[in-house]
Amino acid sequence: MLEIDKRYLRSLYKEIIIRILLLIFIFLFSQQEIRAEQPLKKASFTPHWVPQAQFAGYYVAYEKGIYKKYGIDLTILKGGPDSSSVEFLEKGKADFAIMWLSTAIQKRSQGLKLVNIGQIIQRSALMLVAKKANGIHKPQDINGKKVGLWGAEFQIQPKAFFKKYNLEVKVIPQSFSVNLFLRDGVDVASAMWYNEYHIIINSGLNPEELTTFFFYDHGLNFPEDGIYTLEKNFTENPSLSCAFVKASIEGWQYAFAHPDEAIDIVLKYISLANLPANRVQQKWMLGRMKDIISPQDYKTRIGMLNRSDFLRVAKEMRENDFIKSIPDFDSFYRNCFTYAEK
Amino acid sequence: MLKNRGIAFKLIILITLSSSLIFLLIFTYNYYASRRMIEKNVEENAKNLALSTVNRIEIVLRSVQELTENIACFLENSTYNKKELLQFHQITVANNPEIYGSAIAFEPYSFDKNSPAFAPYFYKENGKIGLKYLQDVLKYNYFVSDWYQIPKELNRPIWSEPYFDEGAGNIMMATYSVPFHKNVKGNRQFMGIVTADVSLEWLRDMLLSIKILKTGYAFLISKNGTIISHYNKELIMNETIFSVAENRGDALLREIGRKMLKGESGFVPFRSIVRGRPCWMYYAPIPSSRWSIAVIFPKDELTEDVVHLSRTVIFLGITGILLLSTAVVLNTRSITKQLRELSEAAERIGTGNLDIELPPVRSGDEVGKLTAAFHYMKTSLKEYIAKLTETTAAKERIESELKIASEIQMGILPKKFPPFPDRTEFDIFATIKPAKEVGGDFYDFFFIDQEHLCFIIADVSGKGIPAAIFMAVTRTLIKAIATPGMTSGEILTKVNEELCIGNDSNMFVTVFCGILNTKTGEVIYTNAGHNPPLIIHKGKEVTWLEGERNIMAGAMEQFVYKTEKFILQDGDKVFMYTDGVTEAMNEREELFTDDRLEKEIITIQEKPVREIVAGIMEKVVSFAHGAPQSDDITMMVVKFNGGEKGF
Repeated sequence: MLEIDKRYLRSLYKEIIIRILLLIFIFLFSQQEIRAEQPLKKASFTPHWVPQAQFAGYYVAYEKGIYKKYGIDLTILKGGPDSSSVEFLEKGKADFAIMWLSTAIQKRSQGLKLVNIGQIIQRSALMLVAKKANGIHKPQDINGKKVGLWGAEFQIQPKAFFKKYNLEVKVIPQSFSVNLFLRDGVDVASAMWYNEYHIIINSGLNPEELTTFFFYDHGLNFPEDGIYTLEKNFTENPSLSCAFVKASIEGWQYAFAHPDEAIDIVLKYISLANLPANRVQQKWMLGRMKDIISPQDYKTRIGMLNRSDFLRVAKEMRENDFIKSIPDFDSFYRNCFTYAEK
Repeated sequence: MLKNRGIAFKLIILITLSSSLIFLLIFTYNYYASRRMIEKNVEENAKNLALSTVNRIEIVLRSVQELTENIACFLENSTYNKKELLQFHQITVANNPEIYGSAIAFEPYSFDKNSPAFAPYFYKENGKIGLKYLQDVLKYNYFVSDWYQIPKELNRPIWSEPYFDEGAGNIMMATYSVPFHKNVKGNRQFMGIVTADVSLEWLRDMLLSIKILKTGYAFLISKNGTIISHYNKELIMNETIFSVAENRGDALLREIGRKMLKGESGFVPFRSIVRGRPCWMYYAPIPSSRWSIAVIFPKDELTEDVVHLSRTVIFLGITGILLLSTAVVLNTRSITKQLRELSEAAERIGTGNLDIELPPVRSGDEVGKLTAAFHYMKTSLKEYIAKLTETTAAKERIESELKIASEIQMGILPKKFPPFPDRTEFDIFATIKPAKEVGGDFYDFFFIDQEHLCFIIADVSGKGIPAAIFMAVTRTLIKAIATPGMTSGEILTKVNEELCIGNDSNMFVTVFCGILNTKTGEVIYTNAGHNPPLIIHKGKEVTWLEGERNIMAGAMEQFVYKTEKFILQDGDKVFMYTDGVTEAMNEREELFTDDRLEKEIITIQEKPVREIVAGIMEKVVSFAHGAPQSDDITMMVVKFNGGEKGF
């Protein structure tokens, strides 16, 4: 009897302690619950390429709980060559996707009802690179040379560029590696400033040995990465879309303010995706992202799409037969900042 | 300052410093020489190791190249249908263990006019041969793959950058691609690419087996500078030598990387990729794939043995120097101890203590000799001082006796003035100021009878005891001989006779002897070689008494001295003196002289006798101005006041 009593007492104590702890927990958690006000909304997002610092802002926003803060329970899908962000959006696999402005304009004009809810990259990072050793110093030197070009939207600016300088070139399809260029299989290669250009540098070519042609410098600034969703998604729940955009921008701002932490986060995703992880490369990329997301000479607020930028891209696309008609800017772009103010 | 430090200190400093310096020089040379030697050896070693590794890699890569080229050759030179091609291809893959897989990828429509792509790929899987069609796997777009596009564009065989093959279990591979052609109407038309994949896992094992020193290792970079093999797995395929260089801001490493990619070889200092340790690196190219191998070994390990040896040498050296210093300390201490003892002894000897114990002579060296010399010096000093003390005592005794003699002698001269207070016919005053030594001056006066006062001033030749004795004798003789009625000449003639008897020492005396008739003022006198007195005529001039200067008394026997005379008027005075007055010398060795004496007398001629003597004495003393007095100074004045007055 005595034994049973002791045991009973002990378990009673335990229960009391557990209850007290629970109460404390509940009290602590309730503080956050109250802040969140409402339950998190589920949403999914796909970048349009493999994890890298190009998407640092989103991974950082996710890791730092910024999306949660904005009431979003986000799932980031793995992007890459095998998973098209347009397709993900179109098929409803992702609520939000990163796309180039040119791609989006093309899709919109083809009838896909997607909307730009935030233009992240303001400055085009697409460029052509050539070796000075091959005698290429100015646009005219490209005439008659073999030029490596990526597909689809990556060809709009180069083709406009060739037209502008009246160049006849031999276009060679370019893969995702720069080896063809490094081995002199092509004279001129396409490159993203934040990625391939630095890979070339880190394959042993010195910057002074290279001639670079930034389309931005040649009147062909095509803003690149923007956040897109389907028009119906936006109409159904504009606050979710805008919360996503704002959280993402906050993520970018945090990443620029804490580059080392941001790179650690990015590297984690890279290694989860089983991809070559190179800190120096990601550091370079994040640095350039800062340059093109919030250019120092640029007045536009992060995440805004300028009508003039939109029109420039659309006109070039129409002239090069990528699209037949220019979509209406106001139905294409939904400004979350003005939306929020309303 | 070092100057004032002890010998021991200086010696220790000097010896320790110089031996340390010598040791340091030898040590440094030894250290660098052995390091250079080892470095040279290791460089050679590293070079051999790198080159042999390059050869081993080359053998594998070349066999793969040959095989692939053979396939290409077959494709170019034979006709085949699909079945034959696949059969040949499968057998080739199966029979060549060095390759993992092989593809024959055709240009669009070149294998089959209806097929836009055809690319069979045979590969090994679990000991079996598998077949994939790359046009299916790669969605008909293998044409932009590096393994296809690069050799096609360059139109030559090429090794791909190494890559991880997920299909084959994520192993590292490299692909050798060879373009093949077909002659179409005389034209070489590009048909496609033959590839062979080779697993690079063996490379890693081979490079890991390379061990230089303790932690030396080898790494391999690709044509792009990508790290293909390294003991740190995380670097592999993730970093290029240039990203490493960028990460640590190492422009030199970037330059090395560029040289490696250019196919150069060299031996360079290097900081290890992972830990940044200072290393040496030898790099050499792998010609077929244009990769580059680097053999690395840490500098500190290279020099570990040298450092170890150096530590021992330093320990031995320091111990040696310490021992040397100790020896020097002990030795110099024993030397300086003796020297210190000697210097202390010398100090005490200096204070006059000659009875102190000197350190014993311990050795025959310089210090021993010095000690012996000190002993001798002490003994000699002691003896000398003993002798000196004795002599001084004797001398002092004689001197004190002399002094007594001198005092006695002076005591016998009349010192009471006026000597005859009841006689007013004359005044007389005399003084003698003896020189340090006992001299031979004297004066005397006495009445021969009631009317005749005899006065004498004399100067005995020479000084000292004999002169004093001679003076006493002379004075006594004069007093004894002078009897009433005798002239001064007679007195001196007799005195001379007496003095000459037994005067073996040839001493003599100058004497002025006068006899004053106190009634008349007549003075008879005899001058035996003495300075002529001065006659001071009252109210008139002063004259020298130019009488006969006879020979000095005691100089010649049988000499008859002449007597002369002069008259003193009332108030006239006779001033007598010895050569101590006129030959008084100042510090410039000038004499007082007769002229000066005359001049000085004239100025005070009217004064009383006592004041005249005192006045001249004062002049003489002030003239001498502190110069030592070498002779007795004796003066005597006799003034005649007139005969009648006394009676």
